[in-house]
Amino acid sequence: MSTIDHPHDDVGIHVTPYPVIEPGHTFGSVTDKISALTLQRRTPLWWFIAFGISFALTNVLMFSIGYLVLTGIGVWGNNIPVGWAFDIINFVWWIGIGHAGTLISAILLLLRQNWRTSINRFAEAMTLFAVACAGIFPLFHTGRPWLAIYWLFPYPNTMNIWPNFRSPLMWDVFAVSTYATVSALFWFVGLIPDFATLRDRAQSRPFKIVYGMLSLGWRGSAKHWARYEALYLLLAGLATPLVLSVHTIVSFDFAVGVLPGWHATIFPPYFVAGAIYAGFAMVLTLTIPLRKLFHLEDFITMRHLRNSAKVMLATGLIVAYGYMMEAFTAWYSGSEYEGFMMKNRIWGGPYWWAYMLLILCNVLIPQILWAKRMRHNTLVLFAVSLVVGVGMWLERFVIIVTSLHRDFLPSAWAMYRPTIIDFTTFFGTIGLFLTLLLLFIRFLPVISIFEMRTILPQAEVKEEEA
Amino acid sequence: MHIKDTLPALYKIRRPLKAEDVRARLAAKQGKEYWRSLEELAASEEFEEFLHREFPRQAGEWDDEPSRRTFLKVMGASLALAGLAGCSYQPPETIVPYVRQPEELVPGKPLFFATAMPHTKGATGLLVRSNEGRPTHAEGNDLHPGSLGAADVFSIASILTLYDPDRSETVQYRGEIRPYTSFLADVRTTLDALKAKQGAGLRILTETVTSPSVAALLKQITTALPQARWHSYEPAGAHAATQGAALAFGQPVHTIYRFDRADRVLSLDADFLAAGPGELRYARDFIDRRRVIEGKSEMNRLYVVETTPTNTGAKADHRFAVRPSELEQFTRALAVAVGAQNTPALVGSAPHPDAIAAIAKDLQGARGKSIVIPGDYAPPTVHALAHAMNAALGNTGQTVVYTDPLAFYPNNQPVDQIADLRALVGDIDAGAVEMLLIVGGNPAYNAPVDLAFRDKLKKLFDQKKLTAHLGLHFDETSEWCQWHVPEAHFLEAWGDARAYDGTVSIIQPLIAPLYRGRSALEFLSALTDTPEKSGYDIVRDFWRTQPQMSGDFERAWRRAVHDGLIAGTALPEKTVALSASASSQAASAPAAAVGSGQFEIVFRPDPSVYDGRYANNGWLQELPKPLTKLCWDNAAHISPATARKLFNVDNQEDIATYKGIEYMAPVVTLSYRGQTIKAPVFILPGQPDDVVTVHLGYGRTRVGRVGAGTAQQPVGFDAYQLRFADAPWTATGAQVAATADSYQLVGTQLHFNMEGRDIVRSETLEEYRRGRDDAQSEHVVGSDARTGDEGVGRAGPGVGKEVHKEPGVNETLYYNYDYVGYKWGMAIDTTACVGCNACVIACQSENNIPVVGKEQVARRREMHWLRIDAYFKGLAENPEGVYFMPVPCMHCENAPCEPVCPVNATVHDAEGTNNMVYNRCVGTRYCSNNCPYKVRRFNFLRYQDFETESLKLMRNPEVSVRSRGVMEKCTYCIQRIQAAKIESEKEAGRQVRDGEIQTACQSACPTNAIVFGNLNDRNSMVARWQHEPRAYGVLTELNTRPRTQYLSELRNPNPEIRGA
Repeated sequence: MSTIDHPHDDVGIHVTPYPVIEPGHTFGSVTDKISALTLQRRTPLWWFIAFGISFALTNVLMFSIGYLVLTGIGVWGNNIPVGWAFDIINFVWWIGIGHAGTLISAILLLLRQNWRTSINRFAEAMTLFAVACAGIFPLFHTGRPWLAIYWLFPYPNTMNIWPNFRSPLMWDVFAVSTYATVSALFWFVGLIPDFATLRDRAQSRPFKIVYGMLSLGWRGSAKHWARYEALYLLLAGLATPLVLSVHTIVSFDFAVGVLPGWHATIFPPYFVAGAIYAGFAMVLTLTIPLRKLFHLEDFITMRHLRNSAKVMLATGLIVAYGYMMEAFTAWYSGSEYEGFMMKNRIWGGPYWWAYMLLILCNVLIPQILWAKRMRHNTLVLFAVSLVVGVGMWLERFVIIVTSLHRDFLPSAWAMYRPTIIDFTTFFGTIGLFLTLLLLFIRFLPVISIFEMRTILPQAEVKEEEA
Repeated sequence: MHIKDTLPALYKIRRPLKAEDVRARLAAKQGKEYWRSLEELAASEEFEEFLHREFPRQAGEWDDEPSRRTFLKVMGASLALAGLAGCSYQPPETIVPYVRQPEELVPGKPLFFATAMPHTKGATGLLVRSNEGRPTHAEGNDLHPGSLGAADVFSIASILTLYDPDRSETVQYRGEIRPYTSFLADVRTTLDALKAKQGAGLRILTETVTSPSVAALLKQITTALPQARWHSYEPAGAHAATQGAALAFGQPVHTIYRFDRADRVLSLDADFLAAGPGELRYARDFIDRRRVIEGKSEMNRLYVVETTPTNTGAKADHRFAVRPSELEQFTRALAVAVGAQNTPALVGSAPHPDAIAAIAKDLQGARGKSIVIPGDYAPPTVHALAHAMNAALGNTGQTVVYTDPLAFYPNNQPVDQIADLRALVGDIDAGAVEMLLIVGGNPAYNAPVDLAFRDKLKKLFDQKKLTAHLGLHFDETSEWCQWHVPEAHFLEAWGDARAYDGTVSIIQPLIAPLYRGRSALEFLSALTDTPEKSGYDIVRDFWRTQPQMSGDFERAWRRAVHDGLIAGTALPEKTVALSASASSQAASAPAAAVGSGQFEIVFRPDPSVYDGRYANNGWLQELPKPLTKLCWDNAAHISPATARKLFNVDNQEDIATYKGIEYMAPVVTLSYRGQTIKAPVFILPGQPDDVVTVHLGYGRTRVGRVGAGTAQQPVGFDAYQLRFADAPWTATGAQVAATADSYQLVGTQLHFNMEGRDIVRSETLEEYRRGRDDAQSEHVVGSDARTGDEGVGRAGPGVGKEVHKEPGVNETLYYNYDYVGYKWGMAIDTTACVGCNACVIACQSENNIPVVGKEQVARRREMHWLRIDAYFKGLAENPEGVYFMPVPCMHCENAPCEPVCPVNATVHDAEGTNNMVYNRCVGTRYCSNNCPYKVRRFNFLRYQDFETESLKLMRNPEVSVRSRGVMEKCTYCIQRIQAAKIESEKEAGRQVRDGEIQTACQSACPTNAIVFGNLNDRNSMVARWQHEPRAYGVLTELNTRPRTQYLSELRNPNPEIRGA
């Protein structure tokens, strides 16, 4: 069949030259293969090595945070005027990465892009862990986290003291906590049928019990499935606006400020695009080695990689447009502060290298994805996705540090330099992220088993016949 | 046998208190902290049991002495655990409170006492606030002629020196603690031996004495022991002024300038606005004559000819940079031009020849209303010529008044202090000194290097001659004296001191000596027959005999102590005539020639630590120096061109390197007559080429934790190492060489260019007059914008400048808050600001602002709530001017900091102040990021010292002491606002009167550059200032509506001088 004959079926698996699942699989083989990753396969050596390193980094994070809490924000390089630096850069970076999961799960589900199926579980897990890493920063970047942890919530109290609902940081609290909650629910609900599969297939009793409890008594009855489908769709509907809202609100942290370089209306769309950009880059960064290591090429096919690359290309262009519009607005506004900010950012200031690297990483290098050959080369894709990850971090560095370090009154200008603790905290969160991810791929099905079954040609046929 | 072996098994299980633990804990603590640690110790469970046992078993068998002593100390302490801190109360003698407070001490109500801070250049009259017997803040005394209500940085920071935990606490004999009576006995024994020789061999070394009673006491001693000698040495003394007066008049005089009568002022290297004598008064008088306000449109004009850029140079309408060697030539040329008497013909050419004629003409145009003021460190001939010029210009007796010398000297005859010290050194070498009392000062550190005073002291030390040093700190001099006696701080002891015009203040103590220190009077009385006579009695007995207090002495005494000055003690005017010999002497002094490749090194007392005496004062160490904003170090200041030449670079910026964000200044070696020191370089625009300026007072080795550096972490370098007795202020022919080393310098401002932004507005008087006339026709609407006329933008007054339009008050969707009642605001006149830093220190003292240290300043985390920005205008080679701008919180009506705080920790109140609620702050720092003025300060670490007992006494109880993690900023001294409101409400609910609230910065300001008050009161000073045509807000285009407004900087250049 050709795509010309059935254009509306373009998304279908049986019509495209790039299948979302390699031919030859049956319901049984899919289930066997994915559940075996968790249940039967011996833990590979690389897993132990990777886990060891990640766990060590996690401990570095714990020590860094402990030292921070005991000593004060002064252990970082933040100063006046650069009140925010690595802390908020890392926060925004992680939150951005956390975007791909929900986008893949919810929006693509609603848009019936069923190629999402083999990567959605994984992306959701990534989202969750990224949000966990991101959540560390808003809390611990405060001078007094032991108070911030509850004063930022509108809890009823006899003093009648409420948070400031006008503050974007307050909105952040709601946006991020809602996002984390919905993402976790969505992920967990999606896992229930698979937990039941694992429960049924587990050999050892402890695993049976644990998976049994997690599967919440799933028996796979038609009623279960009906309720499940309704709930899943509902959650997808709930999660969809969050994809847009979270990063929009994160961008308000800057856009609401009066600072040149922050005070820009383009921020919400440009941040959302950037988040999806970074999220897909992270999906690729993690998927490419994973499918290799777990031999999942059958399930995570070139089609997934290709589509992710396309999303990256598209969102990357939106981000590039954002950079352009920032510069244009700075000039068009006629404001000397905006104009100076842009000049200082691009070539006049001491952090020009950060901007140049940012353009290189986020705008120039990803353009090679226009070439089909490059999109089909996993090594190139992997490299580009890493470059974009770095670029997106630099974008936040540029926005936060270069805007702050030289603002309105030249007398207050200063330089910023991170300390060793800034780096250990940042790399520590990467360790935490990887630790959680490694635990996830060892103990939970990395690909949704039952959803994979639904995209098999057999499922399709039966549906049509019915 | 050890105690742990004697304890029962049960104790061993429950971790018994070990004697070595106790000892270790005690050893780690000192002084007051020691008692705190005992409290903790006693509160521990182990210790309770230990204590109840009454005597530990086999206590008698303890054979090692220290552990028994420690044990007894522990036992004693446990019985007397009642807080031993804060044992000091007001001194027992009657001290008289000032009128601003209730007669009796009411807890919680501060009292104010008049006293004075003695300084060798003249005392500053102060009102010191006392909270429950603790002096906590110093302000100027309105009645005092040398203060007029203002204070200088040293006086205000003296509060910290009083509570300095590094102060010397005990009398020491060769490093061992001794009672004061031992010292007295030793003095008595030696003195008895010397009495036979009429005191031959007894030497007393003082600083410059300006205290009449000390002088009388010294006179009494030298009368009783005629062979005894009194020497005085002051490292930053006005030696040249004394010599210059002798050259001009053949007799010693002290010069007082009347800036309130002067229209034209020429400063010959005199920093009269910021460095004494009389700088507070001079700055007030000078600025009052310059203030263009409320219709007044006349200004005086200031010419400054100077070497190193100073605050005075920054305010100059025309500044001319000259090398020290050129100053005299310039002065001569000018003296010829104004037709001064006895001026020899000019040989060679003078620098800035075009300007000289114009200046001369301008000065002559203001006969009797001009001043030529020479700097204390200018050569004597310049002083002589200045006197001649003032005479020629008819200023003598009008704007320039002569009196007898201010300081006291042996036989009432001014001596050359350096020669005097040299004589003492010679006598030590000759073995003629049997007993040397050093009363204050630190000659071992600050004597000219060729006199090697430290070695002489060592020699006396080794010979076991009786040498004694009275000092606040155990310093370099104490180190080599047999005896060290802790000095009582001036707030702890009775005394008296003369102000710049001779007016005497009685110095009354506010607190009994914290460490049983002795004042100079008490120390010196060891040499009299009444060695234990109290300072109070000495001062009273002296004044009882003085004519100014004749009649009812008690009444006069009370009056004097209450007012802070003794009426009628100002030095009377004296008529002096230029002596004919002045010319020949002046002519004989040749201008020093400087060879090529050679440099002139200029020595100046440091603006923050002066001659080094304030080196252990953290407030002063962290105080940014007026023009460079450097703190914690001194530097070798050179011009940009010299920097390029020395380091062989094309751009002077390239000489510095950055290690991360740390500014690493290149290090040069400065060599002069075989002495070499290393110094980091700082480029100072306005410095003449081939001249290196170094500030004295750094590189201390023995003073305390703050001021004494180590080899790894020096606190500046010791410039005294290059200072020779015959070249105290200028070393001509010095060598400067670049090295490969670098050294970290820290400052609170790194960027001195305004980048063309509308920050400090400046215009000439001419432009202002024109602009105001123009504006009056079109400004009517604009001036009403602040009161709420619809949609009218307020245009600034800057002429010929693109001025940003401030959004009108009604260009908003929100309703405008109606401030009924009070509406606090501030106005700062940049024309009046001389950048002296008094406000910065006053704010620090009033608001319990911590010191963060050099490393944290390098990270840009200084905590000053108020900073003074300095902007250089024009090229680095020859800056057109320096503009100061004090920046407190603007208290914006639309404060950008407020909406972004997630916990409502910074909020507006109904009177329009932007308040910080420290308890609520969680420290997100978002407010600081969003503050366009960057006035917010964050406690990145725990900067406050919560442990040191003495510092607890210092704090203002009305202001919260902030810990780490909390944002803070200027509050407009809200504690003072509240206090005044409470007072007013007690009086039938009247309104607070204008001027009743003085913020700390305002009250310290010598030039009244800052006013604060109620903007709703149209007659208040602040409201009137804010309606001046010169008034403007900074960054108002952001619609912040700042309550702090500025008045633009006006300059009054001479139209006949071009390009300056």
